[in-house]
Amino acid sequence: MPPAVEKGEDIPRPNLVIKGMSKSFGGVQALSNIDLTVNHGEIHGLLGQNGSGKSTLIKILSGFHEPNGEGSIELGGRQLKLPILPNESAAHGISIVHQSLGLVQSLTVTENLFVDRLVRKSNWSIRWSKARQDARNLLRKYQLDIHPDARVSDIPPVERALLSIVRAFHELGDIDESEGKLLILDEPTPFLSAADVKRLFSLVRTVAERGVSVIFVSHDIDEVKELTHRATVLRNGKVAATLDTATSSRKEFIKAIVGRDVEFEQRVSIQHSGTAAVKIDGMTSQGLAPFDLTAKRGEVIGLTGLLGSGYDKVPYLLYGAHTAKGGAMTINGRKVPLASQTTVNAIKQRIVLIPADRQKEGIVSEFSIAENLALPVLGKNISNWFVRRSGIDKNALPLVRDYDIRPSNSSLPLKALSGGNQQKVVLAKWLQTNPELILLDEPTQGVDIGARDQIFRMISQAARAGACVLCASSDHEQLAAICDRVLVFARGRVVAELSSDQVTKEQITESCFTSLEPVFSN
Amino acid sequence: MADLTIQGQSMNQSDRREILVELERFGLLLVWMAIIALFAFLLPDIFLTWPNFSSMFGSQAVLVILTLGLIIPLTAGDMDVSVAQVLVLSSMMFAVLNVDHAWGVFPSLLAAVAGGVAVGLVNAFFILYFRIHSLIVTLGTGTFLHGITLWISDSRTISGIDQRVVDAVLTVRLFGISLSFYYAVAMCLLLTYLLGFTSVGRKILFVGKGRDVARLSGIAVDRVRLGCLVASAIIASLAGIVFAGTSGAADPNSGTSLLLPAFAAAYLGATTISPGRFNPIGTFIAVYALVTGISGLSLMGIDTYVQDLFYGGALVVAVALSQLVRGRQESLT
Repeated sequence: MPPAVEKGEDIPRPNLVIKGMSKSFGGVQALSNIDLTVNHGEIHGLLGQNGSGKSTLIKILSGFHEPNGEGSIELGGRQLKLPILPNESAAHGISIVHQSLGLVQSLTVTENLFVDRLVRKSNWSIRWSKARQDARNLLRKYQLDIHPDARVSDIPPVERALLSIVRAFHELGDIDESEGKLLILDEPTPFLSAADVKRLFSLVRTVAERGVSVIFVSHDIDEVKELTHRATVLRNGKVAATLDTATSSRKEFIKAIVGRDVEFEQRVSIQHSGTAAVKIDGMTSQGLAPFDLTAKRGEVIGLTGLLGSGYDKVPYLLYGAHTAKGGAMTINGRKVPLASQTTVNAIKQRIVLIPADRQKEGIVSEFSIAENLALPVLGKNISNWFVRRSGIDKNALPLVRDYDIRPSNSSLPLKALSGGNQQKVVLAKWLQTNPELILLDEPTQGVDIGARDQIFRMISQAARAGACVLCASSDHEQLAAICDRVLVFARGRVVAELSSDQVTKEQITESCFTSLEPVFSN
Repeated sequence: MADLTIQGQSMNQSDRREILVELERFGLLLVWMAIIALFAFLLPDIFLTWPNFSSMFGSQAVLVILTLGLIIPLTAGDMDVSVAQVLVLSSMMFAVLNVDHAWGVFPSLLAAVAGGVAVGLVNAFFILYFRIHSLIVTLGTGTFLHGITLWISDSRTISGIDQRVVDAVLTVRLFGISLSFYYAVAMCLLLTYLLGFTSVGRKILFVGKGRDVARLSGIAVDRVRLGCLVASAIIASLAGIVFAGTSGAADPNSGTSLLLPAFAAAYLGATTISPGRFNPIGTFIAVYALVTGISGLSLMGIDTYVQDLFYGGALVVAVALSQLVRGRQESLT
């Protein structure tokens, strides 16, 4: 482990000082009274579950959110004026590498590095030969062997990540004035291999050695322990702990992340009839090791893991929305090769998918409730050759009532509904077909508490009626509330299976964070 | 008590909203009536006569049929700007076969429609297989088709088309209006049924407005888009034959100017009857509202440039209006 000692200095000098930062969204306190200090040359980890406030804090620093209340941010001895405006953060000395990296895939390395700046400097004549030379020098300085003319889409993922870090660092301006510089890395590693992660870390260390403060946002305790000097853990919008990385154990981290104030939700486990409804054999795809599963009638199975672990691919592959590389599924006694699965076949096999991206994939929000509900039953409940408005409304009437969709006027366009009610429409749309296998991806994203409860009940009801449910979600409370068992994924494979008593929010979260086999040898 | 007042208020509001919605649905019809009233007032002797109206109805049937075909791919989310060239090519094929090669009416008609099917398939192949934007593909194929038209006709106007065709389109009249108008009415009713009252029509709507939703709902999206592109090409070639019949001849250029009026009418039609959606009855009304304005102005002695002003302006105004419609719908929430 690297010691947390800055070069030539014995006493750490604070660079970024955040005091009393708060933010609420319509009554929900996302951050309350956060204090955070990062020294010059320090790499500081930021950990926490989804919804713990990490991204809110980052978004305040990048000028995406306005903070509430009395908080202050000081960087390099200067008090920053709040709120930070979106295009101002770079001028303050803050640069961020987002997980999406923010590179334009179809442009070259040079263009991605400089074009912004070049255009700003001289609007009318970009000197390409000089830009290319500058790019070459810059890349050489960080020992990166990337051709300046290569297209970003052609270079490997790790080099893209390195490139965006170099760019972010370069945007901070002259290295000599390292005073008051902050680089934020927002989960840059989930899609990288262990060797690539090491390369990335050595670049981050080089940057920090020049005196820049680095905030490293991650889910991965091992990585945080490997890279950082200190780490702050957020939980429910508060600082749960600030730990000295070298002297803290994995256990201490996990305790801080998960917390102890987790309520136990007692769930009645149902006795399943024992017949296998769905059997999956060796399903593979990009980033997913061969996956096997036998699911019984009436069973609700959760799929979870950290970002990039591959759990969320499963529903789309089984449905044929994305194409699997290999494997087979047995449903209703018939074997289906998954590499040739299509959505049309899936629907015939009585499989339904409720996608996470409701606006793009679930509904057409300009169309009415009734029209959206009618789509899967055209030619069934509604005649192919004489679709009348009255027929569409008649189909919608019992669904709007049973699924408690509000407002209940089914001729309203869906965009007039709240997120929760829209999601009820999506569920009603598919559950009316009496499916055998229900695939869910984040079924309660952007849904208010009341609707969330109703959706849980709808899912349980469908399971009791004999359907088999697979639910991919990173919301562990939700999984604990609805699942009979939960499969935990890491790096594309199932690393833990929790059942009966173990299906609690606390246990699920803990096994997500502990399931990663250590990548770094000590 | 408090509950009652709130109920009463919301009833009032929803009443007002309903009136607004109805006003919007029939707005274009009212505009058309207003145009008629205006010219009836300005030109009482010439404008408000049956001959004027019957000639307007009959002469614009080609545009109505062409636009009706166009709204099918537009509903499915594809732009087809080759329709006018399909119309011209079809009329020319029909004329060349019927006049130069002395083919019968039916074989010539079948050959012209087969040409339309071929164009539709070629458009669909490039749009769906190579995933190129439909606007680019049909812009290219349209120009390509005009080349073929000029080639097979040696850039001449070919006259002398079988009199039976001219009779069936133009000469025979019902209530003083030539038969072509009734073909347009029939096409309008057929498409109203197909787009509005069949499963296929529903699916086309979803393919147009939510392609991923449609795909994940088990709709064979590419097959639907292919069908729509072929349908519009077939209807455009039928319009081409009516076009040849109305003049008894085919000329390689005049039909090409129908493209912009067709788009203007399609978008203007989408602001009425079922606002926000391309619809056949709205299209029908839009064509005649535009034509009434133009014919009134030309009867007043204003030059032919008025057509360009009218159609060009109408396209932009129609699209702007449909944006307003969307905005208003959003405020419903």
